[in-house]
Amino acid sequence: MTGKGFLSMLFGVFKRFVMTYVEDFRKGKDRYYTAEGIESRRKADVDGIFTIQYPEEKLPVPEEFRFLPFLVYEEGENGEKDLRCTSCGICAKVCPPQCIWIVRTNDPVTGKPIPEPKEFYIDVDICMNCGLCAEYCPFDAIKMDHDYEIASYTREGNIYGIERLSKPLSYYSGIRPTNFAAEEIARQEKEAMKAAAKKQAAPVEGA
Amino acid sequence: MSEEKVTVAQVPDISLQFDGKVTTDTRPGYSGFIVGAENLLEVVKSLRDEWGFDYLSSVTGVDYLPEGKMEVVYHLYRTIGGPALVLKVQVPRDEAVVPSLYDLFKSADWQEREAWDLLGIHFEGHPDLRRILTWEGFAGHPLRKDWKEAYFEEETKPYKSRWPEGQTGYIESNNPFHDNVQYPSGFDPDTWIPAAEEALYASAKKIGRDEELHTDTVVVNLGPQHPSTHGVFRMVAALDGEQVVFLKPVVGYLHRNHEKIGERNTYLQNMPFTDRLDYVSSMSNNFGYALAVEKLMGIQPPERAEYIRVMMAELTRWMNHVFSFGFLWNDLGSYFTPMIYALEERELILDIFEAVSGSRMMCNYFRFGGVARDLPAGVLDKVKELVFERMPRRLDDIDKMLSTNEIVRNRCIGCGVLTAEMAINNGASGPNLRASGVPYDIRRADPYSIYDRLDFDVVVHYHGDVFDRYLTRLDEARQANRILQQVVRDIPEGPIMTGKPAYQVRVPAGESYGRVEAPKGELGFYIVSTGKPNPWRYHVRSPSFINLISLEDMCRGGKIADVVLNLGAVDIVLGEVDR
Repeated sequence: MTGKGFLSMLFGVFKRFVMTYVEDFRKGKDRYYTAEGIESRRKADVDGIFTIQYPEEKLPVPEEFRFLPFLVYEEGENGEKDLRCTSCGICAKVCPPQCIWIVRTNDPVTGKPIPEPKEFYIDVDICMNCGLCAEYCPFDAIKMDHDYEIASYTREGNIYGIERLSKPLSYYSGIRPTNFAAEEIARQEKEAMKAAAKKQAAPVEGA
Repeated sequence: MSEEKVTVAQVPDISLQFDGKVTTDTRPGYSGFIVGAENLLEVVKSLRDEWGFDYLSSVTGVDYLPEGKMEVVYHLYRTIGGPALVLKVQVPRDEAVVPSLYDLFKSADWQEREAWDLLGIHFEGHPDLRRILTWEGFAGHPLRKDWKEAYFEEETKPYKSRWPEGQTGYIESNNPFHDNVQYPSGFDPDTWIPAAEEALYASAKKIGRDEELHTDTVVVNLGPQHPSTHGVFRMVAALDGEQVVFLKPVVGYLHRNHEKIGERNTYLQNMPFTDRLDYVSSMSNNFGYALAVEKLMGIQPPERAEYIRVMMAELTRWMNHVFSFGFLWNDLGSYFTPMIYALEERELILDIFEAVSGSRMMCNYFRFGGVARDLPAGVLDKVKELVFERMPRRLDDIDKMLSTNEIVRNRCIGCGVLTAEMAINNGASGPNLRASGVPYDIRRADPYSIYDRLDFDVVVHYHGDVFDRYLTRLDEARQANRILQQVVRDIPEGPIMTGKPAYQVRVPAGESYGRVEAPKGELGFYIVSTGKPNPWRYHVRSPSFINLISLEDMCRGGKIADVVLNLGAVDIVLGEVDR
């Protein structure tokens, strides 16, 4: 029958419309504005509405999600910030749009470089969120953030300095628990190996 | 065996033929043959007619500045399968003149225009050698090695001003051209007459005029800003009544010279830039580029990485095809509701990409010798749920809704016909070629990765119209589903990287051409390395760009309302067309 195919398509659209309300009745109030509700509407077997009411509702981001780099610092006992960054410059060299500027600290007396950054800038207008800096940092000092709501009215201040970029280690372990745990294990293994190598080397020095 | 067997999988040594007009390229790391410019036409004609190399895939140039030479590189294939026959023509840099292959292969049309535009190689005999990606008031040929862009800092990245004495500031403050533009000598933007534009309009008006009846054609500009052109894209059409008698696409509005950026970048830095080509299927772009560089480096990714790569590439293909059905509906006038349905399917796959690579669209996931990171926990189960449950069901839904829909059938059947001969000659690839009855799929014709071990069919349909292009994509999505089911079943445990991850890879000198069957067609990366950290030449053979050559043939003789449908069925992404 002519028109049957066309009508079946319209029926498909209508069914979705109806299913949204059927699901609303079935799931009740929890379907909207709750974490479970968002999760249930994103499943592969969802019926009816699929969209998320941003900004009232927000999708949870997966752990690997990357948006703008930040510098990790460890908090000392007296609350001082100890940046992990040694200003080795690998992130600045690997950055595809070249949006990282680092000024290395030099010892005022000897003039030799000290492994900490004097200044560290990222132009977030240029950053393309590729994550290569975090991937190739040998000290786990620069990591990708999860905070994607950084819109501003002007581009003044969109070159982030060291203050704006630094975030504590606890924040990092909060947003990326799996990665953090894996890195800690690798770090401990490395230190254990170093200690073992020292022990082995020590008697030779004594003799 | 005493008798030597010649198979399709071999390229004949043509240096023994042609009375010494062809010599083998003996530079270390290079392959193929060198032909003199004066013998090019004769050799290519014989290769096409007698040797079966009927598919001119890629035409590009390389500027060898230190040697003072300009080299034009041709990649020829047989549509029955097999590796490339690479032909090269070397001409002096200052008077780079090469005969045009336009009469033999129409696929040379836009590619020669591109080579003229970006490299300044003059193709003698080309009937329409205008600039294609840049505009008339553009000074110089940007891919020449001595050309410098605005905001030029250094020849290659990484720039010295970044570390250890980072000199931060807004980039425009150190612009050497002050007002950001430079013009050719004698060019005044105020008194400029767009001669090429007027020539285009004049040629549109000339066609189809009937002197006896005193009728005239109407020239219509579709685009550059138009809701159905899928981006910033313009078509100049001449209409006789409602019939299209002439149509020329005008591209380049999104041009950013991806290739020049690529030559400034290091090898690894290019990876995230390839995402921005065809931004609907970034994983496939990563795949092609990784293959080309791995070929040069001579490394092979481990088994698990190969499976992950194929999984990502096939998810991309499925997603791209379903997305294109959404656009098909859109172009037919069913505005946006069905397309949002297609986007819903895409969303679930993008969730997987996000969990794996960290980004939904700009994945940047492949590395040379593997992938960036292993699949996080739970992702494989999600993929399994999709490929065994949801995706096959959705395809059946789409099939039911579209294939029997009277509006779709009436509009699509017999619209925009491209015959097999035309498709091959125009260099069409991907679903556009296979819908015209040419069973050419790179995954089978020139297998890469683990595709030779996977069980799938090459989809082919024979009418070459919009409806067959849709059917080809539908069946191909089913085949992608089939591949995915095998991949998630067989994926082994193991490492995901060959060697240690390095932020600067060592690439030996030489050339390579890596090509993959991207969802839109043959995506090729031609790379020339001099052993330095940056590629000397980085060329993208983008499927969308070359498929658009066929648009004129599809639209001519049809109705103006079908132009939009034809354009949608070619399936382009302007990020890849304009590069």
